[in-house]
Order: sequence, then structure tokens, then C-alpha cells
Amino acid sequence: MSMNTQGRPTGAGTAASAGAFASTSGSSLLPNEPLLFEIGDTEHSGVDLPDVTFDESRLGDFARKTPLNLAGLTEPETLRHYVRLSRLNFSIDSGMYPLGSCTMKHNPRLNEKMARLPGFADIHPLQPVSTVQGALELMNELAYWLMTLTNTAAVALSPKAGAHGELCGMMAIRAAQKARGQGHRGVVLVPESAHGTNPATAAFLGYTVRSIGARDDGTVDVEAVKSALGPDVAAIMLTNPNTCGLFEPQVIEIAEAVHEAGAFFYCDGANFNAIMGVVRPGDLGIDAMHINLHKTFSTPHGGGGPGAGPVVLSAALAPFAPVPFVRKSGDGLELVEHAEGEALGRITAFNGQMGMYVRALTYMLSHGGDGLAQAAKDAVLNANYVKARLEKVFSAPFGGQPCLHEALFDDSFLDGTGISTLDFAKALIDEGFHPMTMYFPLVVHGAMLIEPTESEPKQTLDHFCEVMLELAADARAGNQQRFTSAPLKAPRRRLDETRAARAPRLKWEPPVDLPQAAE
Amino acid sequence: MRYLPHSNAERAEMLAVIGTPSEDALFNAVPRRAFKTAPLKLPAHSPEFTVEARMVELAQKNRAAGDGPFFLGAGAYRHHVPASVDHLIQRSEWLTAYTPYQPEVSQGTLQMLFEFQTQVAHLFGMEVANASMYDGSTATAEAVLMAKRLTKRNRIVLSSGLHPHYRDVVRTYVGDTDDLVIVPHSLAGTMPLTIDEHTAAIVVQTPDFYGSLRNIEEYADIAHDAGALLIVVVTEVVSLGLIEAPGPLGADIVVAEGQSIGNSLNFGGPYVGLMATRKEFVRQMPGRLCGETVDSDGNRGFVLTLSTREQHIRREKATSNICTNSGLCALAFTIHMSLLGEAGLVKLARLNHARALALASALESIPGVELLNKTFFNEMTIRLPVAAAPVVDTLARKNILAGVPVSRLEPDDPTVHDLIVLAATELTTDAHIAALVQGLKEVLG
Amino acid sequence: MTTKFTKDHEYIRLDGSAGTVGITSYAQEQLGDIVFVELPMVGKKVKKGDEVAVVESVKAASEIYAPVSGTVTSVNEALTEDPGLVNQDPTGMGWMFTIDLDTPAELDGLLDDAAYAAHTA
Repeated sequence: MSMNTQGRPTGAGTAASAGAFASTSGSSLLPNEPLLFEIGDTEHSGVDLPDVTFDESRLGDFARKTPLNLAGLTEPETLRHYVRLSRLNFSIDSGMYPLGSCTMKHNPRLNEKMARLPGFADIHPLQPVSTVQGALELMNELAYWLMTLTNTAAVALSPKAGAHGELCGMMAIRAAQKARGQGHRGVVLVPESAHGTNPATAAFLGYTVRSIGARDDGTVDVEAVKSALGPDVAAIMLTNPNTCGLFEPQVIEIAEAVHEAGAFFYCDGANFNAIMGVVRPGDLGIDAMHINLHKTFSTPHGGGGPGAGPVVLSAALAPFAPVPFVRKSGDGLELVEHAEGEALGRITAFNGQMGMYVRALTYMLSHGGDGLAQAAKDAVLNANYVKARLEKVFSAPFGGQPCLHEALFDDSFLDGTGISTLDFAKALIDEGFHPMTMYFPLVVHGAMLIEPTESEPKQTLDHFCEVMLELAADARAGNQQRFTSAPLKAPRRRLDETRAARAPRLKWEPPVDLPQAAE
Repeated sequence: MRYLPHSNAERAEMLAVIGTPSEDALFNAVPRRAFKTAPLKLPAHSPEFTVEARMVELAQKNRAAGDGPFFLGAGAYRHHVPASVDHLIQRSEWLTAYTPYQPEVSQGTLQMLFEFQTQVAHLFGMEVANASMYDGSTATAEAVLMAKRLTKRNRIVLSSGLHPHYRDVVRTYVGDTDDLVIVPHSLAGTMPLTIDEHTAAIVVQTPDFYGSLRNIEEYADIAHDAGALLIVVVTEVVSLGLIEAPGPLGADIVVAEGQSIGNSLNFGGPYVGLMATRKEFVRQMPGRLCGETVDSDGNRGFVLTLSTREQHIRREKATSNICTNSGLCALAFTIHMSLLGEAGLVKLARLNHARALALASALESIPGVELLNKTFFNEMTIRLPVAAAPVVDTLARKNILAGVPVSRLEPDDPTVHDLIVLAATELTTDAHIAALVQGLKEVLG
Repeated sequence: MTTKFTKDHEYIRLDGSAGTVGITSYAQEQLGDIVFVELPMVGKKVKKGDEVAVVESVKAASEIYAPVSGTVTSVNEALTEDPGLVNQDPTGMGWMFTIDLDTPAELDGLLDDAAYAAHTA
């Protein structure tokens, strides 16, 4: 069997007593909030709507018979329920997320204000284009910024998330290979350190994934790339800066070899925050790169989405961008909605993530080109500062050189303590921080990947480093309990994920002994 | 720069600790010819008020739906979103929270997702729903792929009346082969379908793109008789307040666009895809799933679960490459749906249908205009005596947004060049309808 | 009955030309709590090294490869209800499937007790 032992250990830790912050306290500051379906019912409602009668409906035989069983609440109850629930969440507005690869930077409020202008929020995607020229102009301007920052020939704006952008970029590559008569090329090269979406995307499109190893210094083995290239390789998918937080120093050489071998270079742009304004991926030879607007360009994470993943494209791939896209037409702008020539068909209905474009462009205009470059430099400064302060105690496997925007440590500093990376991270919660990215990238044992971003002030970084050093010292001094029983101060202790997976309960079920009618 | 906390003195202090002369020196691994020391050709940073002025300028070049008569639907609907919804989703702890991978500090998001999954399952009459997808069209494509995996068959039949954009997305995802059977559009309702032992699934939308209600039970029988699955698509979820749920009628997978609840038109995105299926199929369902469990103190809590389907675990064997759900849009949906409750959703649906009846009756009074639907919920199709797109453009110049000319989505089909799809919602007033009728009469002369 | 092992931590307990396959105690310990086992269809023909089953823990999914070529003759339905059996009793109640060998000579390539113990030392 294949043994994926790099995954996180499971189990609910040790159940030491919770102490002062007993999670059953249920105060308004740290509530135990029931489910909507336990407090609402089918009669209550928080909207006032008139009752209407109609003599004859046009519903045919299709009127609803099955009860909806949807719980409702009045307005004050709704506010209270969702405000109380919100208090159970950590957020970037309340504290630092040192999450490698996620770029948890500040979400500016001007973005939110602009996104809500009726001229952006209240326009329908299929209105006559003469009535939405401002929207098309905005898309065009965003495209200009993205292409200028990357020095590329075109950009596909429509992907709804980074992974969707990967799909789009790889589809464009597949189409381009076919157009060249090279559609038989069935292999995609992916480094071991890649994010899971990369091989998933390649496999989704029917490619066989061939893994490329890393060198001892954490960078991709260039010789291995060169020997893996051949007439069956359609593309390489590389992350640069890579998932270990390092710039691939031989990326131009790799790009040249890839092109020589008749393949394309897909770049995972998740780490673009490290280089925006100072390095243009187009200058490195990439053919396609998705950009996560919710990482690099400050659109909010919203508890898991929505994102946006526009893909910048080289001249070779530009003809294969999907519809729709914006184009100049006479005095104005038009929306090309039907595939012409080799353009890919749609990858989504309508026009893409306009709400996120507004936010991202607002951010770009606020920062300006100079601000974006400074942000990248500060992001890199912050990661190196954290690394410098921690690396005497924490083990940085690729520590001999500066990192870029994220610092990578392995768990060898925990050897002999009986404490895992997971335990360590949970203890960080009790100190007021969200855990760092754990167990990723897979190439390092018990990885801890720390990305402060440029938004963190020096005081916060200092506090973070002090906490990390104190935790490390305590771990090495043998205080296992503190780590294996953590977190103690969060709204919940460690949760039983095994139970959740073995006997999945994926929706509320009415309690069996109560009459159903009440719900 | 207002988003960057460091002063130059602090930068210098930090560089000293690192032991590097400058920020630029930290980029030494970058080949020199690729490292830009001069700024790129982009504007410099700006104060808020300058940025605001530019964005307002762009926004004002757009005719907002609320600025006059508005009848567009075709998969995105203008409904009233209660003020509480937008207020709540802007709370820091909702807006700026990360994906709930650390459940102990994400119970707000996780409990909300559990509520969302329950609402969606109940709405559709299905056993299990996921924590949302990007939108209805990609959810449809993912459902098709899921059906292929489950049945180990390759043929997909897209019934007529499936939103053309959704059809095109499915095409892009599965490829344009003989195994993708696209039934040409027809306004006659159910068409005879050739389904056999190679068919993985039939995909049917109801209400369909033209607004007509489809007989789901009939499609379910046809599909199941051949051992295929039935995928039902809903682009207007408010309809489920009045129309029978797809689950009890035999749907195996239900996908929908949830935008109508809690989310503005936003020129097409961000929206929120909904997906639900039978319990036995849950391991093949893509997207995030939230499950109930307990913590080590025995308190009920929620976690993301069945993650081994997902990309970060299975990598190339994942059910999909999806990483995000539609988080904040799902929250908006959940809050709006909580405010509506069953009583409110039913009233809202009735009100929508009533407005649609008023619109239908008004349209039928115009000489030359033919209403094509026998059945509808809040959307309908009319045939004009002339090409529809120029009429819609002319009316737009008079500030009337009269609906979507079908030729916009099907430019190569001459049989639809004279059709307009129109929607009415609770926001459609008698004055809007009167203005539309007046406008049409003038244009059609 | 002899039991043989693969380098990938599958075992096959032999009874004539039939064998019972599962994963070893070492494997279940490494994987952590098992939450789901995806078993092959009865009657499936496999070649040595083919992916024949998948074992899922909360955070990882691991493929099980056929230790020998043959036909799957039965699967352990009990694992559907209680995947934890693989953790509790991997070589007994946690068995996964039985197989009829069609090339017994393949067994020579597998590890015996001592060799497997050395492999996992």
C-alpha cells in the first residue's frame, strides 16, 4: 500500500481539565450557540411580505407538496444568532494568521465600500453592454494591472478561484498542444512539494503526473526536470516562489529547457505576494500563471470563499483563453461571449467574479505600483525577520539562505519531546495566534510554514517570536501536557475528526422522541 | 502607505537583526536581469478619496438594475436582500476569517455551514448537501463528472432548456464528443430522449431557461429505467417555495445557483453553487463538507470532514481539484434563509408568482407579442414579430431593461432570434410593467 | 498457513491457492484511525501491483496494491459498518478481501516474517 504518513496525526489529544475557560460557560462573549433549527421554526420569519392570492396559478401540476422544514427567526433573533456565532471565529481583523501559502493580509474596508456601489453590485451580467461600459472598463483596467505586473500578453479573468484558474490554464495548454499536433503528449511534471491542486488539476484533465524531486537546498532538481522532459511531456507545473518559500534560482533555465522540449510552463501563482512589483513572471518564461486575488490582492477570505483566480497568459497561449473577455470595439468596449477561433469555451456562466475585481482594483489603485512593490518587500522582510529570530531554536531545513515571503521549519526541534507539530500548533492557539500552516509542503517532516505578510507590525512579529520561543523552550523542557491537551482557551477543545468521518452527520436531524410538527 | 505598518526606522532595525544590508538583498536568488529595481509602468499610491472618485466614476457608467424598469433573469435574479444580511456579513469575524481548517477557532463558520447544508438539503428534499461550490454552472459540470464516476458510464444527455451557459461549461469540462448529447432547444417540454446502458445521467433544469416547469418525475423514470442518474438543475431557488422539491420526484443529484437568496446580481459573480445528493453517493460528491462531532470535553462541535475526497489529500486521485467553497456568499444565503424561514420563503415565492402573472397578462395584451409558456414560476418567454435584440437595445436607451434576448446566448440559432426571456420578482412594480408595455408598444409600432 | 508480506505493508495469509489480504499492524499504526475502506468488487481480476483497495484515515488516503495476481473472491463487509476493525485487529477481524491466486510463483518475491520485521525495524 502507499503510505502517506506525512498527513497530520488524528486523535483528540489528551483531555486535561480546561481550567478557567471551561467551554461550557456559554457567556455572550464565548457563547454555546444552538443550531438555527433548534431555536427557529417554520412559523417565525424576519421579513414582512404581503399575502397574495391568485385565481389561477401557472404552476401546472408541479406545486410543492413536500414540507420545506426551514427554520425561521425574526430579525432581532437572527442578528443575535449570527453575531454570537461570529464570536467563535478567529479572523485576520482580530489577530495574526502566520499561514504559509495563504497570504492572510489585511482586507481593506474601502474595497468593501466600493464593491457595494449600486453601479457594481446591482448590474446584471446580461444587460446590454451599452449599459455596463463602466464594468467592462474596470475589467479592462484590472487586466492591464495584472498583465503589467507579470509582463504577459493576455489574461483570462473568469476563473472563480485559484484551482479554477489552474484548470483554465492547463486547459489552454492542452488546447495549444492539440493545435500544434502534439495532443498525444500525456504527461505533466509536478514537483513533490507542489500544492495538492496541481496534480489534482493535471489528473482531472487526463494527464499522468510525473513527480520531480527537490534538491537538498529545497529547490527543484533542475537536472531531474531536464531528464524527465521528452516528447510525451505536455507541461510542467511549478510554483515560484516555491512552497518552501524559496525563489527557484534556475527558473529561467527550466523555462528554456521546457520550451525546447516542446512543453509549456504553468506557474502556480499562489506566492505572487513575494515578488509583485519586483519580478515579472513573464520575464522568467512562464506561459500561464493563476493569481489568487484573495491572497495577493487583499480580497477577503470570507471563511473559505469566494475567491477569484485570473490566469495571465503568454503570447503562445493567449489565443486559447476562454470566453468571455473584454475587447475594444469602436469607441467603447465589448464583451466577447462566443468562442472565436481557438478560444476555449466557457468555464463558468456569466462574466466572472466582478465583486472581487472591484475589490482587487481598489486595492491596486490604493497601493499603486510603488506600494505593491513595497508590500512585496515588506512581506519578504517580515518572513526573514521571523526566521532570523527563530532559527537558532527551530530547525529550518533550508535555512542557509534568505527565504522569500514565508519561512519553513521542520519538527526536528521537537525530537524526543513526544510533542508533534500538530500539538505545538494547537498550543499556539492558547497564546492568541492562529496556527501556522502545518504538514505542508510534504517534502519536509512535520512542516511548519510561516507567512506573516506585509500587514503585520513589528510589535506583533516580536510578540509572535517571543511566544514561539517560549513554546519551544517549554516543549523541550518536557511539559508535554500543555501541548497535547491544547487548546484549552478556544471555544472548543480538540474535535473528534475520526468520529465525524466514520459516522458522518452532515445535517441537523430532528430529535427522534420529539413531535416533528414543532420543527 | 496606509496598509503597511513599518516605518523606515523599523525596517532598518529588522534588517539589522537579519544581518542583511537592504530589503533588495533578500532577493539575491532572483536572476539580476529579472529583478526590477525601477518601478513598473503603473500609477503611484493614492489616498482613499482619489481611489474612491475613480471607482465611483466607473460605477456611474453603469445603469444599475434598480434605476428603472428591470426584467432580466436568465439565471441571475434581482431580489430584495434584507438590510441585516449585508450588515452581518461585514462583521470582521465573518468577512476576514480563513477557511475553517482549525476547527477549534472556527466554530462560527463551521456551525453556519452545517446550518447551510441543512437548509439546502431541506430545500431540495435531498439527504445530504455540501458546503457550496463556486456557482450553479460549475456545480452542474461537477455533477456530470460525479455521475460518470458513480455509474462508470460515459454518455451524458443535456435536456433542452438547460441554461446555454451551463451547457457550455459542461461542454468545456467533459469535451465535445459523441458522448455528450445535447438535445436541441424546444419549448414543448419533455422530449423523447434516447437513453441506454451507456448513459450516465440526464441533466434537466426546472424552471427551465425559458421559464417553463419540467416534469421531473417523468425524467427520473426514464433515467432510472436505463440505470442512469437524474441530475436536476435549479437556477432560481425561490421557486422551491412553491414548486415541488426535486428529491421526492426522483433526482439523484440536485445542483443550483443560490444567488437569489442573500446575494446581489454583481454582474455575474461571486455567486454560490448548491449541490445535494443521496447519502450513498456522498463519498463521490466534490466540495467541502461540514460534519457534526464532539470535542474532548464531550461538547458538540463541527469540523470539515470526508476530506480525503479533496485535493489536498488525494492529490491526483481527488474527486475534483476544488479548494474553495463560496464562504461568504453561503453565509449570506444562510442568514437570508433564516430571516425568511419557511413562512417567509413561501410568501416570497407566492409574491414572485403573482408578479409574474401580472407581467404575463400585461404582455399578452400587446398586439404582436406571443407568450410562449404554458407553465412558469417567475420567468417567461415572449416571441416578437421582429428580431428581439434590437428591440431590447432600443428599450435600453429609454432606460427600460426589458429582459434577455435569447440570441445573446444563442447567436447562431435563427429559431430564437425573436425571443426574449423576462423575469418578474417581488421588486417588479405595476409602474415597471406599465412602462415596459408602453415601451414595447412604441417600438413594435 | 503461512503469511507473506509486501514492502508496502500488505499481508497475505495463504491457504492453498487462496489468500486473505489486509494491511499489517505496523501500517494501521502509521495511518492512525481508519475511517473508511474502499473494497474491490467480488470477481475483480487483478495483477500483482494493481491498486485494489483504498484505506482512508482522517487526513490521508492510502492505496492498497494486490500482493499477487488473481481474482477477488470475497470482501469483508463488516468494514463498511466498522472501519475501526482495521485498527483493532488488522490481521483477524480487520481482513479486507480474499483472493484466488493464479500465479503462485509470485509468492517467492514476497517477504516472510523475518524479512518484514527487518523491513519495519
